[in-house]
Amino acid sequence: MIYEVTIAEKTYRVELIRTAERWNCKLDGREWPVDVVSIQNDVLSLLLDGKSYEIKQETVGAEANVVVGHERFGVSVRDPRSFRSRKRAGASEQGVKKITAPMPGKVVRILAGVGAQVEAGQSVIVIEAMKMQNELKAPKSGIVKKLNVAEGAAVESGQSLAEVE
Amino acid sequence: MFSKVLIANRGEIALRVIRACREMGIASVAIFSEVDRSALHVTQADEAYLVGPAAARESYLNIAKVLEVAQRCGAEAIHPGYGFLSENAQFARACAQAGIKFIGPPPSAMELMGSKTRARSAMLAAGVPMVPGSARGLSLAEAEEMAASVGFPVMIKAAAGGGGKGMRLVKAPAEMKSSFETAQSEALRSFNDGEIYVEKFIENPRHIEIQVLGDEHGNVVYLGERECSVQRRHQKVIEEAPSAVVDEDMRRRMGAVAVQAAQSAGYTNAGTIEFLVDAKSNFYFLEMNTRLQVEHPVTELVTGLDLVHLQLRIASGEKLPFRQEDIALRGHAIECRVYAEDPENNFFPSPGKITKLLRPSGPGVREDSGVYEGWTVPLDYDPMLAKLIVYAGDRATAIARMQRALDEYFIGGIKTNLPLFRRILQHPDFVAARIDTGFLDRLLATKADVSKETEAVAQIAAVSAALFAATASQKNNQNGGSATEINKQAEASSWQRTARAEGVRSK
Repeated sequence: MIYEVTIAEKTYRVELIRTAERWNCKLDGREWPVDVVSIQNDVLSLLLDGKSYEIKQETVGAEANVVVGHERFGVSVRDPRSFRSRKRAGASEQGVKKITAPMPGKVVRILAGVGAQVEAGQSVIVIEAMKMQNELKAPKSGIVKKLNVAEGAAVESGQSLAEVE
Repeated sequence: MFSKVLIANRGEIALRVIRACREMGIASVAIFSEVDRSALHVTQADEAYLVGPAAARESYLNIAKVLEVAQRCGAEAIHPGYGFLSENAQFARACAQAGIKFIGPPPSAMELMGSKTRARSAMLAAGVPMVPGSARGLSLAEAEEMAASVGFPVMIKAAAGGGGKGMRLVKAPAEMKSSFETAQSEALRSFNDGEIYVEKFIENPRHIEIQVLGDEHGNVVYLGERECSVQRRHQKVIEEAPSAVVDEDMRRRMGAVAVQAAQSAGYTNAGTIEFLVDAKSNFYFLEMNTRLQVEHPVTELVTGLDLVHLQLRIASGEKLPFRQEDIALRGHAIECRVYAEDPENNFFPSPGKITKLLRPSGPGVREDSGVYEGWTVPLDYDPMLAKLIVYAGDRATAIARMQRALDEYFIGGIKTNLPLFRRILQHPDFVAARIDTGFLDRLLATKADVSKETEAVAQIAAVSAALFAATASQKNNQNGGSATEINKQAEASSWQRTARAEGVRSK
């Protein structure tokens, strides 16, 4: 099996071959002598040159993470033989940028109405969630082109609240 | 002693009280909202009853419903925990009328201390040192006048406030109006009381508080201090006991003031007097919390006392089983408040399903938690998940122990503030105990150090990600189980067919 794993814009090619008792592993074409055991769901034990690592995996929303020690890495895994998995490109800085609700909550205040000029990082909408008020900021400088919610509205995670152009 | 106690709370504090009840042979009764049916406090209590829908107002804050449940199940007393109804004098009165003991101070003391303006006047009269400011609620115009007379910067605060709600720092006259209005609307929303007052802002103070305990026979003692200066938005993040800047003499003086404050308010049961301490070790009364504090475990560890046991004994009419001179502090304790929030995204709350939970243990480690693996953290309540507390012989060892415990701790599936604690604990100012209430904001304004090993570790992460995908696919092939997210990414491709083919080949 071959996987391409991307971490922080760097892609690693990982080749795994299952033998009777263990995985043989190559990283970017080099032999990578690792002793791996799955110790529970989402937890692996790795021995690498005698060094012991407890590795955890999790997904938070749309992010997949692998945690080594206390370092967390956002990972994207794909099979290079697939034609499908090569999009996942970042959104462009040009044009319209959306302000989305990072979690469910309630809109308590709108600080910049349609047509207002805003600077990047300026607060546009205040939402209240889990008893805390949080200011959602403009992702870029420009004009507030559209507001999809009114004060008092309940919003879902990921919902587009406003657009800045 | 009571034979049955209802706990009018949820989360880790409900668990904490349930455990104390069990240790004392008292039956425990939990209450829960519709979204908390599967919460730990429900499964761990002896009895549990639904009190209403998710909104706290209609469930955990519903006085009539809570009392109805208490009477129906025959609870003799109610422990309110912290938050919710714990500082609600009206609730304490309603308990008394229903013939149920409220485990806490008398309503009169709660009312006095609950109104920051009345508390100020009373404490001033009792000779307790105070920060200059107004002793009553103010209009905007009066607030502006008061601010001018004590000098900017000032703090505006909600009279009924707590936990940083309805509180704003105002640096210049121009900011007064908008801050006043924001604080007032937040206060109205959170406490249904828009009364606002103004105090001079003490720059870079420490926040140090004294735990007091009073029985119903006139005895009040203090149990030393807690250093709670590591705060964000006036919410405590790390607490420790004792404070590195409080010596025997200062402890005695602060303790004497705290006991005096409690006695003058007719206080009983557990309470906390919060002080601001300036750079010259002058201390000023900040407020009294008329309940058990979140951070009570650090006091328990250094005094060897169990505050919840003592609360139950005091409420049942027993005398304090010790005197002031019997109380000695030993060792050092630190607590980290673990929240479902994302420190990398402005501390935004991050409710959701806990897909993996690995808990720290071993010498000197205590975890007071309200969560379990597989549970979904609801978004309706405070996002605190657990408290991690360590105890060791001295402060340096306690810091090392906390770092070790944090290394063992893993909460997967939601964002938590666990990574933040590591940054705090290794910061030279924290290590040297040079902390004040501005410490954390200053730390957060700097970027986290990137470790040198990252590339080597990233390789390990990359190989691991592939291994997770491969092992999950094997399992998936064997028993048709559900794939993990990492594996699903890979499955979007056609690799599975290939894997099957290879699996066949290797046999």
